[in-house]
Amino acid sequence: MSRISDFGGSLYRGDVSIDFVGRRRQWYAMSAVLLLIALSSLVWKGLNFGIEFEGGSVFAVPSATCTVETARDAFATTDVTTAEPIVTEVSGSSARSIRVQTLALNPEQTNLVATTLADACQVSVDTVSTQVIGPSWGGEITKKAFTGLGVFLLAIVVYLSITFEWRMAAAALVALVHDVVITVGIYALVGFEVTPASVIGVLTILGYSLYDTVVVFDKVKENTRGLTGGSRMTYSDAANLAVNQTLVRSINTSVVGLLPVAALLFVGAYVLGAGTLKDLALALFVGIAVGTYSSIFVATPFLAELKEREPAMQALSKRVAARRASRDVATQPAAAVAAGSGAASGGPAAEPGVPRPSPSARSGGPRNQPKRSKSARKRRPKR
Amino acid sequence: MLGLFVLTMVGWMVISENTRPQLGLDLRGGTTVTLQPKVAPGETGAITQDSIDQAVSIIQARVNGFGVAEADVASQGRGADAVIVVSVPGVTQSELVDLLGRTARLGFRPVLQETAGTPLPGNPTPSPSKTGKKDKQAQPDAQGGGASSGGLVPRTEETPSPTPTPSATPSPSAAATPSTANNGGEVTPELQAEFAALDCSVDDQRSIGANFQAEDAIVACSEDGAAKYLLGPVAVDGANIADATAGIPPNELGWAVQLRFDSEGSKAFADTTQELFGQSPPQNQFAIVLDGQVVSAPRVNEPILGGSASITGDFTQQEATDLATVLKFGALPLAFDIGERQTVSPTLGEDQLRGGLIAGALGLVLVVVYLLMYYRALALVAVFSLVVAALITYGTVVFLGASSFGFTLTLAGVAGLIVAIGITADSFIVYFERIRDEVRDGRTLRVALEAGWSRAKRTIIAADAISLIAAVILYVLSVGSVRGFAFALGLTTVVDLLVVFTFTKPLITLLAQTKFFNSGSPWSGLSPERLGAKRPVRPADALAKEA
Repeated sequence: MSRISDFGGSLYRGDVSIDFVGRRRQWYAMSAVLLLIALSSLVWKGLNFGIEFEGGSVFAVPSATCTVETARDAFATTDVTTAEPIVTEVSGSSARSIRVQTLALNPEQTNLVATTLADACQVSVDTVSTQVIGPSWGGEITKKAFTGLGVFLLAIVVYLSITFEWRMAAAALVALVHDVVITVGIYALVGFEVTPASVIGVLTILGYSLYDTVVVFDKVKENTRGLTGGSRMTYSDAANLAVNQTLVRSINTSVVGLLPVAALLFVGAYVLGAGTLKDLALALFVGIAVGTYSSIFVATPFLAELKEREPAMQALSKRVAARRASRDVATQPAAAVAAGSGAASGGPAAEPGVPRPSPSARSGGPRNQPKRSKSARKRRPKR
Repeated sequence: MLGLFVLTMVGWMVISENTRPQLGLDLRGGTTVTLQPKVAPGETGAITQDSIDQAVSIIQARVNGFGVAEADVASQGRGADAVIVVSVPGVTQSELVDLLGRTARLGFRPVLQETAGTPLPGNPTPSPSKTGKKDKQAQPDAQGGGASSGGLVPRTEETPSPTPTPSATPSPSAAATPSTANNGGEVTPELQAEFAALDCSVDDQRSIGANFQAEDAIVACSEDGAAKYLLGPVAVDGANIADATAGIPPNELGWAVQLRFDSEGSKAFADTTQELFGQSPPQNQFAIVLDGQVVSAPRVNEPILGGSASITGDFTQQEATDLATVLKFGALPLAFDIGERQTVSPTLGEDQLRGGLIAGALGLVLVVVYLLMYYRALALVAVFSLVVAALITYGTVVFLGASSFGFTLTLAGVAGLIVAIGITADSFIVYFERIRDEVRDGRTLRVALEAGWSRAKRTIIAADAISLIAAVILYVLSVGSVRGFAFALGLTTVVDLLVVFTFTKPLITLLAQTKFFNSGSPWSGLSPERLGAKRPVRPADALAKEA
């Protein structure tokens, strides 16, 4: 663990820097592939909607012995519907039940089926759980989910525009849409059943993904304050440093966020067998993982891209480039050392985009630029 | 301050003996029905918040009248998108759905006896002004009717027959439960006695009629309690009314209510009116009974055979409209579709609750272990903070469950609380990482704590604001389980802010004064060497900062 602490320190100082922003085309390409897979599976396979959306009835008969055939035969004797019911066995470590899914039934039919199934499986009718969803109800839920999504996005754009700036709001939104599309795509690809609980999960992901992004952006904002006054780093450099500095936090946050969700998923899937907990946890698990990825690899690079289009930032980039060029001429050997150490993590290709404020001067770095290292520490935008 | 808050909460829980949260039906078993309001076909009216609120109170009254304990009726969402959720523990589904499935328990019953609403043995004659309002008449409707124009025969008899004069005056019992239900339509002496004793001015007794079956003869009060009735079995069921409208018929002056029956209702109504017509008052009247109370008791002027009738009398526009609404939709101002009905058996509820608790405990343990491994002693602060946050959340959930807000913890809510463990722990992570960053810059611990805090708190507030926005919007716009989840998320976000500001930060400041942390022990999680801080700390710099 102390290695991670060391690693965190290196990331913080910029000794080790992963070039998230400079290599954005790679990450974009990766995300584009993921999005393409997600969208095509949505188009070709579609989502597997649960009865909550389609309308229908579900009976759950808890029994350790009742077989699918028994339940099917019993259902057939009731003559309530012409359609074949879907009868499955749901088992977790603590409970086993027979699940019978049919079209939406009226109250009398529901009672008849519940009683018949209970008799056939030799359990009390009181133990049978039923759920009937009217055909128009699912549409209502979907409509509400979309309304909620729209209002939420709007509120977030307003909030982020006020506390940060509109470019951050735009970048956060892009990351958000990215997360939701990929999560939903995974649902389509794997064929997980979509229930209201999964919808809750996806909506929560929105919050979580943004939460993560906001923490990174907060650091970006801090690092870029007063940036245009100097000529040490470009906006992309500062943003990249911010991502690196918050990387340990991002990892910790995701782990800590995923642990309870994993517990939910475990209990939902293996102890209970099925239901709300599993559906919810699954959506969250996928979403939090994707959300962490996007706040690092999508949101910040995209933000940097937007910002670099500002005239002030372009001017800054030119100044920084000019300064680096002159520095490189003046301090060839030092630059070579820096490039060598950078190769381990970012690679030489990353070098131009990576800030090297080199506080390492104190701890045995290149000694020939003590002045620079001092000014670097002062300048390093942190406060 | 926080300690005081927690103490107050614990004190309240002990004193009021509310130590357990109100569990939702999916955790303890029961039936939930979600009703979607709809505008009836052919209607143009809008679904308003008013009509929803009205429907909620009427359904609540109806469910209560059914004698169900702990039934909960609530609207969710606002305005046209609102739904009404009825939750009843421990009642079988059919009973509940029967109860709500009917738009109203409306029926036409022949009047056998009518008298003033209170037992007045010495003076049984009701004041004419009170019962005069009941002077309504039913007649074939000129437009839709098959019968000829029935002249408007003014009712001369103002005073309902006071017979029989109660010989005995039993004191009105508090309970409205009739002892003579299931009388099969016979007017038994017991029923007669009950009728005599009935005091319609007492709220408890006014809904006595709701406890009878359709095939029973019943005693019932008028809505305002001014009159009471002894009524025969239901002659025409309210479900057989095809349409009812209020209006001023052509060539007439007063407001009237036009009624149209379906074929079954037409036949039954024709039979009834034929039978009632020609009887002596008050037995030529029929009562329109809604949920056990007499809404109106018009007199039959002639047999009505065509399936269309109009009720006339000195209605105001409001009265006519109200009566038409009642006839059409029952007492409810809206029609409803059953969107969802769910019955969770107590066993399944128990399993789900246990599953949620296991998941919560497991999640908490995993987070604690991870934090301890990573932050070492510093993690103890996080663990304590999590425990405090958990206690406050538990207390709040219990409090909200017992308060008039009536918050029930559902499975989705439990899931929300579990997910929130991560979000709460993240606030500590943000702060700890900031402190570490400051230590890496070579600051002394005490300086690092303050500098780190001033930045971390901005981040925490910004990030929590996002969670809160998400929770509030989800809560306002959604229905059912999503709401429970959103509420749990919002609640824990607020608790998180509270705990971080009033517990975690002061605790860290306090701990920083101990030698263990200040000396930079490798196990403190803040060891400068381990964090790769610049060493040694320049004394001048540190002094300057601390000054």
